[in-house]
Amino acid sequence: MCKIIYNEQLCKDIFLIKVSGKFQGSMGQFYMLKGWNSLHPLLGRPFTIFDIDNNSISFLYRVVGEGAKLLSHLKRNDSIHVLGPYGNGFPIPKGCIALIGGGMGIAALYLAAKQLYNKQFIKSIDIYLGFKDTPILLDYFKKHADKLVIEVGNNISSVVNIHKYDYVFSCGPEDMMKSIISQKYFEKPKIFISLEKRMACAVGACLSCSCKTKSGNRLVCKDGPIFPGEDIIFEQLSKC
Amino acid sequence: MNNYLNVNFSSIEFKNPVIAASGTFGIGYQQHFDLSKLGGICTKGLTLFPKSGNDGIRIWETASGLMNSIGLENIGIKNFINNELPILKKLGVRTIVNINGSTVDEYLECVSIINNEEIDIIELNISCPNVKEGGLLFGINAKTASQIVRKVRGITKLPLVIKLSPNAENIVRIAQCCEEEGADGLSLVNTFKAMSVDIYNRKPVFNNMYAGLSGPAIKPIALRMVHEVCQNVEIPVMGLGGITSGKDALEFIMAGATCIQVGTANFINPYSCLEIIKEIDTFMNKEGIKSLNEIRGII
Repeated sequence: MCKIIYNEQLCKDIFLIKVSGKFQGSMGQFYMLKGWNSLHPLLGRPFTIFDIDNNSISFLYRVVGEGAKLLSHLKRNDSIHVLGPYGNGFPIPKGCIALIGGGMGIAALYLAAKQLYNKQFIKSIDIYLGFKDTPILLDYFKKHADKLVIEVGNNISSVVNIHKYDYVFSCGPEDMMKSIISQKYFEKPKIFISLEKRMACAVGACLSCSCKTKSGNRLVCKDGPIFPGEDIIFEQLSKC
Repeated sequence: MNNYLNVNFSSIEFKNPVIAASGTFGIGYQQHFDLSKLGGICTKGLTLFPKSGNDGIRIWETASGLMNSIGLENIGIKNFINNELPILKKLGVRTIVNINGSTVDEYLECVSIINNEEIDIIELNISCPNVKEGGLLFGINAKTASQIVRKVRGITKLPLVIKLSPNAENIVRIAQCCEEEGADGLSLVNTFKAMSVDIYNRKPVFNNMYAGLSGPAIKPIALRMVHEVCQNVEIPVMGLGGITSGKDALEFIMAGATCIQVGTANFINPYSCLEIIKEIDTFMNKEGIKSLNEIRGII
């Protein structure tokens, strides 16, 4: 069990929770969080790492279900189960990078910006964030971006010209990611997207997060959550 | 950990009675603990050819329980033998291979392929509720169960455990039939056929309508079934169904189970198997029990 440093409500239903301890993890990986000891809900919930340092880890979440609702009730010094890191994480890119996030998908991109910004092999990092209504955490992203573009109420992908970039990392609503991938006609950029699925074990055992890709069935927890954009069959995503 | 946790299941020695149940465990759990601590590992249900499993939602939580409709997604028996079995064999735990099929011939072909491998037990799954063909269809009725067990027994000398369904017409009668046909042991229970409705979309949560319910919600019924079966057969039983603690495991052992399998608990807490082994050990120490034989089937 780990102690909560803070569990801050950023807007109506979005929270940033920071937990004390020594954790490992890289951009795009995730942890399973469980802030309750009862059997309802039964399972922990997967959350991508928002930020990590030597003494803490933090996660951004929206209160949509029972598990996140229970998480949102936790306060400073309360205990929480934090298991991970799981999943493959984003690959190390080079050149000009675009990070494109929509809704809670922005959670997967902050650590990428932080870990890559000012690195020798990175020429630039442009961040595009789409929000349904209230923009959040802009100060966080600004610190690690050459350019920050935001859209409120619209699909952020419509303002991005992906061909300027060597790598695109994206996470967010299916329509947004689909529209990004549909823009790709050439070898460049390499697109990697982060998928989200209902899961139980997080280590490739239960097969509940299996999704059909162009390379066959893949597990979001173990083979992902980061997948090459061209592998995703969007029509299948909603089916599985 | 003391060696008095050893159990003998149909002449197979297990270092302890805790086995990770089929479909809930795999080598990925090495991230959490040393898997050699386990008594055994039961593989994901395997079929003759790879299966891509069911579309739609595959797991759904309910009060103290979990419904699943994975649909036996698996890499197929040959890929398992080539890619996963060598890793399992190195762990130093008993390897139980769970076999499924949609026809009798498919079961038989699968068994004939695994026959030449160094595995400890075949667990014949005649109880999967999530496939449209085979699976549970063989495990509902005593006559069909007898037929498949007889045929499989006829082609394998490997220890044969039959995994029974709580959805059977008469689980005790099926257990007796499996024993009569030469099964070396039984494992019970698989999941209960269950259902959930998405009231906003006015449709079932699962594409297949029904799914298999597991977890603490089913434990008291599973325990009763294990007790009833143990009262009526001589062959050893692996008890499973909602075990999440050492106390739960000991209940199954007192009801007559030789070993226990831990399934859904691995999802609730990945250290469950380890903690259960430790809790059984602590109980035995406190109670001055030198062997699980002293308490097995005392109820």
